[in-house]
Amino acid sequence: MSADMTETEQVTEDTGDDVVLEVRDVKKHFPLTRGIVFKRTVGHVQAVDGVTLQLERGETLGVVGESGCGKSTFGRLLMGLERPTAGSIKLLGEEMAGLDARGLRRMRRNIQIVLQDPYSSLDPRMTVGDIVGEPYDVHTDVVPKQDRRKAVQDLLDVVGLNPEHINRYPHQFSGGQRQRIGIARALALRPKILVCDEPVSALDVSVQAQVVNLLERLQDELGLSYVFIAHDLSVVRHISDRIAVMYLGKVVEIGDEMEIYEHPTHPYTQALLSAVPVPDPRLRGHRDHIVLEGDVPSPANPPSGCRFRTRCWKAEDVCAKEEPQLVVRGPSGHLSACHFAEERDVIHAIDIPTSAADDDGSGDPSPGSVAPGPTA
Amino acid sequence: MSEILTETERRSNKSPLSGVSFDGSAPLLEVEDLEVEFHTRDGIAHAVNNVSFTLREGETLGILGESGCGKSVTAQAIMGILDTPPAKVTGGQVRYRGVDLLQLEEKTRRHIRANKIAIIFQDALSSLNPVFTVGWQLGELYRKHAGASRAQAKSKAVELLDLVGIPGAPARINSFPHQFSGGMRQRVMIAMALALEPDIIIADEPTTALDVTVQAQVMTLLSDLQREMRLGLILITHDMGVVADVADKICVMYAGHAVERADVYEIYERPAHPYTKALLESIPRVDQKGQDLTVIKGLPPALVDPPPGCSFHPRCAFARDRCTTDEPPLYEVPGNRLSACHYWEEVLES
Amino acid sequence: MSDFLAAQDSAGHEHAQPRSDQNRSLWGDVRYELMRNPVFWVSSVLVLVILSMAFAPQLWAETSPTARGACRLENARVEPSAAHPFGYTNAGCDMWSSLVYGTGKSVIVAILVTIGTVIVGVTLGTVAGYVGGFADTVISRVTDIFFGLPFILGALVFLAIFPDRNVWTLTAVLTMFGWTSLTRVMRGSVISTKQKDYVDAARALGATNFFIIRKHILANSIAPVIVLATIGLGAYISAEATLTFLGVGYQRPTVSWGLLVAEGQNLALAGFWHLLVLPCAFIVVTVLSFILLGDALRDALDPRAR
Ligand SMILES: Nc1ncnc2c1ncn2[C@@H]1O[C@H](COP(=O)(O)OP(=O)(O)O)[C@@H](O)[C@H]1O
Ligand SMILES: Nc1ncnc2c1ncn2[C@@H]1O[C@H](COP(=O)(O)OP(=O)(O)O)[C@@H](O)[C@H]1O
Ligand code: SF4
Ligand SMILES: [Mg+2]
Ligand SMILES: [Mg+2]
Repeated sequence: MSADMTETEQVTEDTGDDVVLEVRDVKKHFPLTRGIVFKRTVGHVQAVDGVTLQLERGETLGVVGESGCGKSTFGRLLMGLERPTAGSIKLLGEEMAGLDARGLRRMRRNIQIVLQDPYSSLDPRMTVGDIVGEPYDVHTDVVPKQDRRKAVQDLLDVVGLNPEHINRYPHQFSGGQRQRIGIARALALRPKILVCDEPVSALDVSVQAQVVNLLERLQDELGLSYVFIAHDLSVVRHISDRIAVMYLGKVVEIGDEMEIYEHPTHPYTQALLSAVPVPDPRLRGHRDHIVLEGDVPSPANPPSGCRFRTRCWKAEDVCAKEEPQLVVRGPSGHLSACHFAEERDVIHAIDIPTSAADDDGSGDPSPGSVAPGPTA
Repeated sequence: MSEILTETERRSNKSPLSGVSFDGSAPLLEVEDLEVEFHTRDGIAHAVNNVSFTLREGETLGILGESGCGKSVTAQAIMGILDTPPAKVTGGQVRYRGVDLLQLEEKTRRHIRANKIAIIFQDALSSLNPVFTVGWQLGELYRKHAGASRAQAKSKAVELLDLVGIPGAPARINSFPHQFSGGMRQRVMIAMALALEPDIIIADEPTTALDVTVQAQVMTLLSDLQREMRLGLILITHDMGVVADVADKICVMYAGHAVERADVYEIYERPAHPYTKALLESIPRVDQKGQDLTVIKGLPPALVDPPPGCSFHPRCAFARDRCTTDEPPLYEVPGNRLSACHYWEEVLES
Repeated sequence: MSDFLAAQDSAGHEHAQPRSDQNRSLWGDVRYELMRNPVFWVSSVLVLVILSMAFAPQLWAETSPTARGACRLENARVEPSAAHPFGYTNAGCDMWSSLVYGTGKSVIVAILVTIGTVIVGVTLGTVAGYVGGFADTVISRVTDIFFGLPFILGALVFLAIFPDRNVWTLTAVLTMFGWTSLTRVMRGSVISTKQKDYVDAARALGATNFFIIRKHILANSIAPVIVLATIGLGAYISAEATLTFLGVGYQRPTVSWGLLVAEGQNLALAGFWHLLVLPCAFIVVTVLSFILLGDALRDALDPRAR
């Protein structure tokens, strides 16, 4: 599957029936304004800057990256909550930008969102029944009025809540249960695609698995496609079939789960993966630790050329001059936007004597990778 | 670090520690049967129940548990910075080098708090004063506690920022907290904690608000400094990955109880408490694909009204009738470990 | 829905129980908080008394001071006695019934002004906060300008223009100067509600702006407006009295608290203290009752207090 996936990525002309969402070179620039009465634009935050990707039926696409990389903005673009500055988003083959208000409303039945914050995503003054039934108030033709209560109770049951709690209020539920309520609301219109923006990040560790498993079960049973946005790379690996790594508004690497986690070629992906702690003390000092310097630069003023170059240990002059394109690089054959793309296994322990593997990747066999790390 | 000895206290010149004799051979910190309650509208919340552990020089103790299980309250009780009321320390000892801090006068405790034990919080922005520059706040510690002059204090501040890896330290001391990024602010917090060369640092979720890449920077810094200075480090977190990387031993908390204590290698390899085991099986790992995540059913209990017997029993896969009535003591498990489960042997073997 | 029903049989998901068993809405919580607050009880009883005096004065005093033959000049300025504990007014009317029958005039203006300012404030505040952009700029600047006008001076000027002044002119002028603070509060409240994720979720469902405002924005933004409007009711009662006292409010033969105060002002120094003190006391107690009620509401509505 991965082979022809990359095919379609490059030759975006013909879209198979199985592609439910097609995003092409989409951009969102937020104007930065000064002044109160007379606003003038002093720049643009390039929150999303030219993202191209596709989502297939029944597939889960993970979107990862540090905070501020534009993941949520990308999700909101897919939802039509933000209008793109440029580019095209095709949902089930239909261009979203060209739709009028009514068309957009109709299309919205196909794509829904699950939000991160289980506290602010539910109206505290509405009952659970009203919240989950809200989609039917907006789209009055979906379920006849007398059947709504039943429909809502079915939804509650589907997400593992007691249907009898239909008259309770959100503050009577825990974070995990509130997230289930949010999922029930998103499912009410029977969408084909669910955009999940950090759906488990705000939950307790012991509750995260409940929600992750619920999402997986729903996908199997309802044939949903997911865009799963998260900063937790472990959860993303668990749930995703393919992963897009974002940095400063751009996708820097995209491929299937094996390609990204076992054969990452972009230095940013490698750094991210190597920084994820693994709950296994035996791996201490045996993992490739890439410690990046500094923080993500401001998206209002991104670096020239490759946006990652200011933190990259491989950067050379060409990186500042020329923007690396997202094309197939390296033996595993997935897309990567780095002039010096090169595979490096960062998540597995490297078996070298403990003494030599102290803090950095000095034991890494791949040529050309200079051991980074600013620390003493 | 917010409380600082007043000028008069320092001038009075009688060391606040006079009359207190530390035992150099005793462990750095021993917490024994610590108990903390909160008096709330809904009743008494038993936030910390019979928690004990020992911390030695150069050692890192990880305290692991979900939010609301009493980690921060334990840390605050050790520091003596709980708000009383609503909190009340109802029992136990907190011994620093053999001296029970809970018995000391507030003045003496404040001295120890400033000079011997320091704490780092999750939210660095709200723990720093927004109206003073970072350099001023660091220098203040030296001026108040060590009687340094302005110039000395300033050079010390630069030195510290350098130590915690803030680039361009001489210029950065004139910046205000909000002008630093999240990771840099946490470095400043570490610098503040280190300023008076304490023996113990308590880090309460120091990286929870940070991105993984920045978390890696801060954790590397913290453990490097800890090793170099032979500090006792208590690392509080809910992230099983973070502690696995740096801790020497682990104390797992659930609903205000320390349910398991063991060496870090053993606890991850063969947990002896069902909660620890379930937690480990419920989190996905970045280096594995296709694991089945075990779900821990239900929710952590309300501390006002904990279940009878073992507080984990409603969620436990090993629970029997006995668990609903008998509160398990901390059983000794071979390998110098402790587990508060009646059926720890079964858990070990499973 | 058939595939949904099919999805239910999935094994092993137990129904998680909610945390608390009491089934209370946020408004229910507010009611519960209010019931426990003695300040609420005291102030609301007083407010009820005042309102009943305003709308059913005959319950509290038998004869209206404006009724034929109710006032006799020989009784003028008679001091309080056992039979008439409040004494008589300058015109020889019973002070108690003057105060009771004067309540209506003062309270009705305050209520009308409050209704007017709430309508204007909620509408403009919602538009400014929700629509934002140019509409917000215009509304906010106009609000600022009106906010900057000196209230008493402005009211004096406007009222002096009208030859005969009644409930409606007073209401119009007080509303004109009173809508700004409610607009500001509503705008701020709407802006913070608008950023809540449930508003995004509703937009994602395709809800229209009107639907979102009706279902989410108003209910979640109104609390501070209610508090401010309650306190405002008291403030407008004293504003009416002030303007009347200054001679631009009600005119005789109307009975109102402001007129009684104006009348008592000169005579109090001449020894007839009750002519000034009693109407003033009525105004103070009334204003205080509304302020306390507003405070109790604020405490109950503020989630941080819980
Ligand atoms: N409405 C907005 N106006 C201006 N800037 C915005 C807006 N929304 C997001 N941004 C900016 O866009 C960037 C990307 O934000 P976001 O998509 O939330 O990132 P992520 O979800 O990856 O953390 C950030 O720098 C953020 O400040
Ligand atoms: N200020 C407070 N008032 C009442 N109860 C409190 C307060 N602070 C903490 N608690 C109680 O103590 C418990 C433990 O809190 P805490 O130690 O902060 O948890 P964590 O493990 O997340 O750090 C909470 O579940 C709560 O019941
Ligand atoms: S293109 Fe250059 S700067 Fe960018 S990631 Fe590759 S090596 Fe680093
Ligand atoms: Mg986000
Ligand atoms: Mg805490």
